[in-house]
Amino acid sequence: MPWVAWNNAGMAVARDTGGSRNMRRTSLYGKVQGRQGMKSRMLLLAVLVLVSGAAMAQEIKVGVILPFSGIGAEFGQQTERGINLYMKLNADRMKPYTFRLIKRDEKDASGASAKVVVQELLTQDKVDILLGWIYSPNAIATAAQVTAGKVPAIITNAGTAHITTLSPNYARVSFSMWHAGYAMGEAAATQLKAKTAVVGYSDFPPGKDSLNAFRTAFEASGGKVIDEIPMGGPAAVPDMTPFFQRAKEKQPDVLFVFVPAGDHATAVTRTYAALGMKEAGIKLIGPGDITQDNKLQAMGNAAVGLTTMHHYNADLDNAENQRFVAAWKQDYGADSVPDFMAVGGYDGMAAVVHVAHAQQGKITVEGAMTALKGWTFDSPRGPISIDPETRDIVMNEYLSEVVMQGGRLVQKSTSRIDAVKDPCKVLKIGPCANIPK
Amino acid sequence: MTTQTVAAVRSDVHPAARTLAERHRPRAWEVVPWLAAIAFFFALPTHLGFGTELLITILFALSLDLVLGYAGIVTLGHAVFFGVGAYTVGMLAKYGIWSEPITGLLIAAAAAAVVGLGSGLVLLRTTGLTLLMLTLCTRALLEEAANLGHDWTGGFDGLDSVPIQPIFGIFEFNPLYLTTQYVYALVVLFVGFLIVRTIVYAPFGQSLTGIRENTLRMHAVGAPVNARLVTCYTISAAIAGVAGAVWAQANLYVNLSTLGLDRAATVLIILALGGYGRLYGAFIGAILYMVLSHYLAKAYPTAWQLGLGLLLMVIALCARNGMIGIVEPLLQRWRRVRSAP
Amino acid sequence: MINGVDVIGMLLGGLAAGMVLFIVSVGLSVTMGLMGFANLAHGSFAMLGGYVIVLSMHRLGLGFVSALLLGFVVVALVSIPVERLLYRRLYRAAELDQVLFTIGLVFALSAAVTLLIGPENQQLVLPQVLQGQLDIGITRYRTYSLLLIVVGTLIAILLWLAFERTLIGAQIRAAVDNRRMAASLGINVDRLFTITFALGSGMAALGGGLGAEFLGLDPQYALKYLVYFLIVVAVGGLGRVSGVFSAALILGLMDFVLKKYLPKGGTLFIYVLTILLLLWRPQGLFGRAAR
Repeated sequence: MPWVAWNNAGMAVARDTGGSRNMRRTSLYGKVQGRQGMKSRMLLLAVLVLVSGAAMAQEIKVGVILPFSGIGAEFGQQTERGINLYMKLNADRMKPYTFRLIKRDEKDASGASAKVVVQELLTQDKVDILLGWIYSPNAIATAAQVTAGKVPAIITNAGTAHITTLSPNYARVSFSMWHAGYAMGEAAATQLKAKTAVVGYSDFPPGKDSLNAFRTAFEASGGKVIDEIPMGGPAAVPDMTPFFQRAKEKQPDVLFVFVPAGDHATAVTRTYAALGMKEAGIKLIGPGDITQDNKLQAMGNAAVGLTTMHHYNADLDNAENQRFVAAWKQDYGADSVPDFMAVGGYDGMAAVVHVAHAQQGKITVEGAMTALKGWTFDSPRGPISIDPETRDIVMNEYLSEVVMQGGRLVQKSTSRIDAVKDPCKVLKIGPCANIPK
Repeated sequence: MTTQTVAAVRSDVHPAARTLAERHRPRAWEVVPWLAAIAFFFALPTHLGFGTELLITILFALSLDLVLGYAGIVTLGHAVFFGVGAYTVGMLAKYGIWSEPITGLLIAAAAAAVVGLGSGLVLLRTTGLTLLMLTLCTRALLEEAANLGHDWTGGFDGLDSVPIQPIFGIFEFNPLYLTTQYVYALVVLFVGFLIVRTIVYAPFGQSLTGIRENTLRMHAVGAPVNARLVTCYTISAAIAGVAGAVWAQANLYVNLSTLGLDRAATVLIILALGGYGRLYGAFIGAILYMVLSHYLAKAYPTAWQLGLGLLLMVIALCARNGMIGIVEPLLQRWRRVRSAP
Repeated sequence: MINGVDVIGMLLGGLAAGMVLFIVSVGLSVTMGLMGFANLAHGSFAMLGGYVIVLSMHRLGLGFVSALLLGFVVVALVSIPVERLLYRRLYRAAELDQVLFTIGLVFALSAAVTLLIGPENQQLVLPQVLQGQLDIGITRYRTYSLLLIVVGTLIAILLWLAFERTLIGAQIRAAVDNRRMAASLGINVDRLFTITFALGSGMAALGGGLGAEFLGLDPQYALKYLVYFLIVVAVGGLGRVSGVFSAALILGLMDFVLKKYLPKGGTLFIYVLTILLLLWRPQGLFGRAAR
């Protein structure tokens, strides 16, 4: 500590391992202080120094990057709630470290705001670890900074498959679009016995990822995708009528739809019902984004029979989830429901705490990434782990059907696939093939 | 005439005539913003990301001021040129065709100028709501096209890790510490500002003001109105393209937001806040907007949008020319009071 | 390939989409034609109406029709002081100031809604009878779309009658054509402006509620759909109900057809079409040539 380095020309110094506590000192004005007063002053100073030093060693600065404004604000809110709930339910697991969350708004999916935010978190706030990213374009845009900044970064949502290949410091606890898409493709052919499928997707990278994932698996399992319909970008008018009309006329066995969570997702079930597609014998399937838990009840009868493949829904039947949902409803209201973004936040915080423990509070990027690779955890979604090769999540996928139970819509899991790795990287498709170590 | 009477005549030149003749001479206080920019570099080295973004925004706003403040063309589509510049540099570098930064700027300026010339020739035949609509649609069109061509443009996710060569082979573009970017943007802004300033005080710039104030009259005096408008639009497009190119180089990244409605609307708001048609309005507006948005929006994002909306309404209703419109009459009154006998 | 049923399905789908655009945009067209005012905040009135309608259905338990009426009345009444106190000052202002004011209003209203109600999108739950399909002999089609087509046509006819057959309609048309002359004939132009603005905003509110099924409802509504409403008005020509009606239907149909058969480029074409149209006829399909 520089400010305790006293200039003691001519004074005999007795040092001990505790630092300069026993040193005699002259004040700045050249007077020798009384021994008694000096001792207690020294002690106080030393205690303060030790305490603050200890606090510094034990306080972990976590840079949280989520949308807190704009259309994505509700996703940021869900994730934040998940983070807070982890800290509340696992307070003893977090000791002796304290975590200071420095929250910054990623605003929108433009990449530009996220870049400024991450740059400031790294250079001004000097955070130890980064957590968040709802939007894939932002995770992609900030990859170079995360690498240059030498901090571990845990992704709680952004789902474009090749994101983890863009920086060796990215670890993802959320999902890749291929997890659900690929598994659904297989399940559609083998379990739902579908021979033909039409895919409707929002025309942006997660949508295209979803399409590719589904098609790869479906056709590998003997099915045929007879039409691929891009349904406008994520900011387009949420009116699926012309696209679904086209799908209906192709008469497939299943219609696989991916749209981003939000008003697009709710439009899907409405349009499906309004066009009478169920009666026409076309089954609506998709990743869990289209049955986002907190929007499910508003979908009404039209959603009954919807089959989705996802790593999480609020009705999952395991001990961790029951505890999680109960605590959620207690804190945020009986009508409030967690969803996959909330679980992303929850598990993300768990990962942060794990890293803190593994490195005893002093976080380095190499140590953190080593600690994260192979990390396992009992999440509300089931057992999860981080694949040491790809730094992406390995988790269960659940095939669920929406049913009406006691006047409420509930997602009933009909089957489960254990320990699914991101198929895009396993099969080394496209940009997923280049994985930095 | 004797020398005495000549001298007498000279000193009798009307102050208005003298003012007009000397308007273009740099005044002492014009050095201030540049000194402030240099001071910023040394005083706040960790805020250079914000600083670079600010400098680029000022350049972009200057280009819009040329078109909006001086020529009177109300456009909500100026982001087109910003995006063209950004994508030109981004794609050339990403696909290994050309990654030298300074010449990249020139290529971007040329590309944006071509788009500006083409669209100007076609669109500037209309005025008012029709022109506004056309600019809106052109921007939306280009954004859609860029998304459709995602195999080349990277679409929604954009092009990341764009490899830009170091300037003069020495000064690297670092993704985290933007010292090179800041100085680079500052120099480009200075050059761009000089260009805009020269145009504005040249007879060409005067004729633009004339066109804005009274188009019919300009036609009547025989000024080639449409040619002037298109030229102005093209030059402005080139400068906006340079701003976009610097953005792409500084961020080593380009995506659809460079063409977005958000960017187009924001730059218009910035000129409204600072004052348009007054050269330094771009500076004042950009600094005001970006500082407020950076700090207020961080803390209270919804309140920020509300405050901004109310501020715009107030400015449109009362202070017709932004900050300059508020400050200038006060300054004039103060000067008059001071020089009153 | 394409058979009769498909064509009918396309027609109905396109018309329904067009009707929503028409109902929201007709108010904008008339106010812009009458006052020469670029009101970019028109979508905000539609949003406000939508919120009033959805919330009164959810929280007050009103029926669909009552909620629609409530929305119309509330927004129309609210718009009167807004016009009187704020818009009126900008009628003679530069176009830029009008644009800035209305953009500011859009921001302020979006933020206000976010603060008061929340950033999530609101769901309009249609009455049971309107969900599902209706048998119309040749085919079965979405009940709600059919309703929209009927309602939209009725509104168009009513408006046309109001403009063509009533005194006030004649006064409005006169003021649109030549404001000064109309004023010199003793027509109270100021009062006309207020009435027209209130009606236009009420219509927007109605459109916001009726269209929520297709366009959704969230605080960023006005910004998202700004371009669409302006396109309809610019293409249709200012101040003409028939113009907006035709433009909305044409655009709705083209949009539907293109999205269905060319989904890859569908969203692009509407802009290309608008640009070409406006270049060919800057005053819109049915507008008067520039004065």
